[in-house]
Amino acid sequence: MIRQIEGSLAVAEAVALCRPEVICAYPISPQTHIVEGLGAMVKGGTLTPCEFLNVESEFAAMSVAIGSSAAGARTYTATASQGLLFMVEAVYNASGLGLPIVMTLANRAIGAPINIWNDHSDSMSQRDCGWIQLFAESNQEALDLHIQAFRLAEEMSMPVMVCMDGFILTHAYEQVDMPTQAQVDAFLPPYEPRQVLDPADPVSIGAMVGPEAFMEVRYIAHAKQTMALDRIPQIAAEFAQVFGREAGGLVRGYRLEDADTAVVALGSVVGTLEEVIDARRAAGEKIGLLSIRSYRPFPLAAVRAALAGVKHFVVLEKSFSVGLGGVVALDVRKAMSGMAAVGHTVIAGLGGRPITQASLQRMLDDVMADRLQPLTFLDLNWEIVNRQLAREASMRRSGPIAENLLRDIGQKPAPEAKP
Amino acid sequence: MTQNIKFYQTGTFTVGNRLLDPEHRAVQASIQRDNSLTSGHRACQGCGEALGARYAVDAAMRATDGQLIAANATGCLEVFSTPYPETSWKLPWLHSLFGNAAAVGSGIAAALAVKARKAGLERSAVRVIAQGGDGGTTDIGFGCLSGMFERNDDVLYICYDNEGYMNTGVQRSSATPPGARTATTVPLGPNPGEEFGRGKNLPLIAMAHEIPYVATATVADLRDLEAKVEHAMSLHGARYLQILVPCPLGWGAASCDTIRLARLARETGLFPVFEAKGGEITAVTKIRHQQPVENYLRLQKRFAHLFGDKGRPDIVARIQAMADKNIRRFGLLEAAE
Amino acid sequence: MTMKKPFAITLDPGSSLANKTGSWRTERPVYVHRLPPCNHACPAGEDIQGWLFHAESGDYETAWRHLTQNNPFPAIMGRVCYHSCETACNRGTLDQAVGINSVERFLGDEALKLGWAFAPPAMETGKRVLVVGAGPSGLAAAYHLRRLGHAVTVIEAGDSPGGMMRFGIPKYRLPREVLDGEVARIAAMGVTFRYGEKVSDLAASMAETHADAAFLAIGAHIAKRAFIPAKDSARILDAVAVLRSMEGAGPPMLGRRVVVYGGGDTAIDVARTARRLGASEAVIVYRRTRERMPAHDFELEEALQEGVKVRWLSTITGAEGGQLTIEKMELDAAGKPQPTGVFETLDADSLVLALGQDVDMSLLAAIPGLVTADGVVLVDPETMMTGQPGLFAGGDMAPGARNVTVAIGHGAKAARHIDAWLHGTKLAPPAERPLAGFDRLNTWYYSDAPASLRPQLDLARRTSSFDEVQGGLTEANALFEARRCLSCGNCFECDTCYGVCPDNAVIKLGSGMGFTINLDYCKGCGICAAECPCGAIDMVPEES
Repeated sequence: MIRQIEGSLAVAEAVALCRPEVICAYPISPQTHIVEGLGAMVKGGTLTPCEFLNVESEFAAMSVAIGSSAAGARTYTATASQGLLFMVEAVYNASGLGLPIVMTLANRAIGAPINIWNDHSDSMSQRDCGWIQLFAESNQEALDLHIQAFRLAEEMSMPVMVCMDGFILTHAYEQVDMPTQAQVDAFLPPYEPRQVLDPADPVSIGAMVGPEAFMEVRYIAHAKQTMALDRIPQIAAEFAQVFGREAGGLVRGYRLEDADTAVVALGSVVGTLEEVIDARRAAGEKIGLLSIRSYRPFPLAAVRAALAGVKHFVVLEKSFSVGLGGVVALDVRKAMSGMAAVGHTVIAGLGGRPITQASLQRMLDDVMADRLQPLTFLDLNWEIVNRQLAREASMRRSGPIAENLLRDIGQKPAPEAKP
Repeated sequence: MTQNIKFYQTGTFTVGNRLLDPEHRAVQASIQRDNSLTSGHRACQGCGEALGARYAVDAAMRATDGQLIAANATGCLEVFSTPYPETSWKLPWLHSLFGNAAAVGSGIAAALAVKARKAGLERSAVRVIAQGGDGGTTDIGFGCLSGMFERNDDVLYICYDNEGYMNTGVQRSSATPPGARTATTVPLGPNPGEEFGRGKNLPLIAMAHEIPYVATATVADLRDLEAKVEHAMSLHGARYLQILVPCPLGWGAASCDTIRLARLARETGLFPVFEAKGGEITAVTKIRHQQPVENYLRLQKRFAHLFGDKGRPDIVARIQAMADKNIRRFGLLEAAE
Repeated sequence: MTMKKPFAITLDPGSSLANKTGSWRTERPVYVHRLPPCNHACPAGEDIQGWLFHAESGDYETAWRHLTQNNPFPAIMGRVCYHSCETACNRGTLDQAVGINSVERFLGDEALKLGWAFAPPAMETGKRVLVVGAGPSGLAAAYHLRRLGHAVTVIEAGDSPGGMMRFGIPKYRLPREVLDGEVARIAAMGVTFRYGEKVSDLAASMAETHADAAFLAIGAHIAKRAFIPAKDSARILDAVAVLRSMEGAGPPMLGRRVVVYGGGDTAIDVARTARRLGASEAVIVYRRTRERMPAHDFELEEALQEGVKVRWLSTITGAEGGQLTIEKMELDAAGKPQPTGVFETLDADSLVLALGQDVDMSLLAAIPGLVTADGVVLVDPETMMTGQPGLFAGGDMAPGARNVTVAIGHGAKAARHIDAWLHGTKLAPPAERPLAGFDRLNTWYYSDAPASLRPQLDLARRTSSFDEVQGGLTEANALFEARRCLSCGNCFECDTCYGVCPDNAVIKLGSGMGFTINLDYCKGCGICAAECPCGAIDMVPEES
């Protein structure tokens, strides 16, 4: 059924259709509306039986999820930003224990300075945590990916993080096609755990593993993610059959055929980029777009194949490894190693800065003119940066950076900063 | 002249009593006891925690007819019981992290509740315990524990209190008693060992949550411990049991003195044994033969700096004052006749 | 269902049994059977802890049968034994000693009431033994010898059995039906008794009874005399005669004012008997102080309750008419009484001398190889055999304390060695069992339980009748009292070791079978030994 609803609610309803048995909720923007929606459904009796736990922290949220998943319940939670960092220890633990928890990550910047708007710093901070990370381009895909995520997680006995851009998607009212319960039930079988806490067949889960076996445990986790590289497109294909639309998969190419130049991106910015690509194609440029939908496992082969013919590729990402540069770019460059194509990293949209078509056009003009730096910060205000660097060079007590910058650009520090 | 026939040879102090009906004997007296934590574990000689854990879990197993799942915090108990490739646990058991055992327990309980409702039952026959040491309980796991309490999740949390971080090499926790030497409260300076005026009384904090049941116990009071576990398992909602489990390694005590020390901790008044329901104390185990704290402290090298030529009788007196305060506060002595 | 479990992270239950932690051990626990102090102190060699164990469960018949393996007279012992077991009892250090004696009496009385009988011997050896004297020692020997399958003839000079139990112990302490009942049970085993027959030629008596061995237990029936200058008018009797005459047709004529001279239990018995016979005054004259009096204090206390008076630090230096001359004494530095030269007089209708007894040794003179000294026959203390092979002696005529319990012990020991001698063997001395001292107990585990008191006859009847003074325990009290036993040094299956092992390394074998250590897992922490209430576990170093 086509509906015009907020992205968060769309996800909440999709999750509910997956018949979760335990949901842990802890408020943090911009994820909050999702668990609010689910909470209302549980309280209202439309999602039943389901245990909805208001926990005291994200660490507890993931810990409760670990317990419930290990006890054989389909388990869901959602978080963002600082919340993800607060639960990190449990995030690693969930994957280490092989528990198929599904978690929405409403992508948001990480402080300090505290910032509630969208970028991918939170996801990228957890790229090595052993979870599968899927990125949604749109609200429709976000809700579709959740349905696939439960299937994937439970098949693989691995947790899956569905990443959707905070505010841009979570708070956007868009048209979505909400599947029926029958469709979801047809696609997603009841959870049959690979291991479960059961008095009838007791096991000890979570042993201490020493040097004699730890490497093997880690390698097995990697091998399973490698297997997921096969299962993700298969599940996407099955999904398309049941639901009649395409969603998920490892990567999605857009107008890449015969392209000399490709932009690589993930998340909602892909939609903006499509319009830019369309415009440049209309102007005669051989340019295309590659959307990475599975960031972990990273589809090295699929990326390499998709970009096989390009001469230039630009990785546009909302994340940044301080002291190095791009995060996603590293993986893409690894996929392209040995290829002749020239790669560029463009850091954009950190802390919610709008990525405008105009800026993207300027950046692509630079690519075409062969003057784009290997590492570029889209719309960086160099004047402010330079002023602060000079200030710090000249005086010891140069003061707090964020506040200095805001003063420099003529704004007062934000009075409220809603976490 | 007639007296009730009691088992005066040993009363209820021993583990068993051949003269009692089997059903009235301690769980630990039974050949059929579960040995939920079985042999081959790597706990130190004389480990109080290994003992306390078997006592408590076996009692819970009996109370639930074996329908029990345990969540376990990181710590000695976890490390010595489950080094790959061997586990000593015979019940379904899950170790996640150091600070989240209570939350993991909540999660298990939530899963069981849903499963029960799916099966058309009001509640699950399978019950949940979560357990950890004092570090995993009073310090790093405190947030999750408090959350489990306030939500009144259907979990019995058992803290095996050995008054420090023993697994990491005997460091101070918020359950370390004043005057005690640990690796992070060395016996130097004017206030050797742990400072006075610090630390947490978790049973009282648990009571402040007004959860259905809070109790303390020691490995020296087996039947009391078992009765408390059994009672706890007869209730639903959040329940808390703190068991004093002396640590020969961390306390610097002889391995054979584990139970003696637990007994002395209670008989001195340093470790009040009581139970509370809904935030109110409902029962107190009275001191049977009151002992000065010195008798307890002298058996432990962690208090050795308080004795001898350069001893600190003033600190011993302050510890005695703590015991005396407990005795007053909890009414640990029988009223004078 | 076998799950395909995640590698290394998820483990099969209880798999740590593969890890044999016993290799950590430097000491191992070993279950021991130490000698309880009660058993150690019992002159009759009773396994007190052993029979109390059965009494604790209310199985009185098994308790009685266990008891009577060593002593056939629980009803008698439960009345007249001075119970050194209770003095030795570790519970005395804790609160009050277990009332072993009163439980023993309860068992003995139960046996008499319910008619429990001794089993006949399993087989006859064909050997014959002559026992001379049907006192406690002779009766005990006869009983044990009969149990061992020997034919026994007891020849007794008196006209009834019991010896000093009959002629030396007043009825109010030992009712005669109790004595007769317990002796009858021995006779029922097939022991032949011949009364009123004094053995004067042992060889002849042995030949006549075809005896292969003999046990002499003649007893000390001859009163010791003291030289007291006395005019003919003074009425002076001896304690033995007085007490013996109580068994005869007419009670002795003692008068209203009776003075008893001596400080032993016999002196007290006589004084108390005098009160019961109507004496308004019964005064004991004793040379030393109460602390130094050989009589048992509880007997003195009972006598005082009954109105008996004592003149301490006094000797009798003369007797004339109805008056005695008493000299006050004082103790010297060594504690010996010395005369002071201060004299008093004391009115007395009769003076009874209770200064000890001697054995009539006339029988022994003709027997070669016997050595006597200090009025007794010397015997090998290990075997009770005299210098004459095959001839054994015990009771008052052998060295040792003179009381019923010691006499019974002599009889029992002699019987074992007579049996060995008859079989041409020698009994090896029993293995020394280390004592179960109080310091080995973990007394925490024992409930606080004060001793049960036996009822006593009310005072009025104690001075007007020979009814038994000391009552027995009710069944409930006897059970309570039995259960006060600490079971020193011997496992009583309290399961504490089984419970307190952090490694589940104690194996419970089941009721009555005790425990064993699983050395695969025992780490040697020693908690079991430390917590064992009764000290029945030793920690023994491992051989390196």
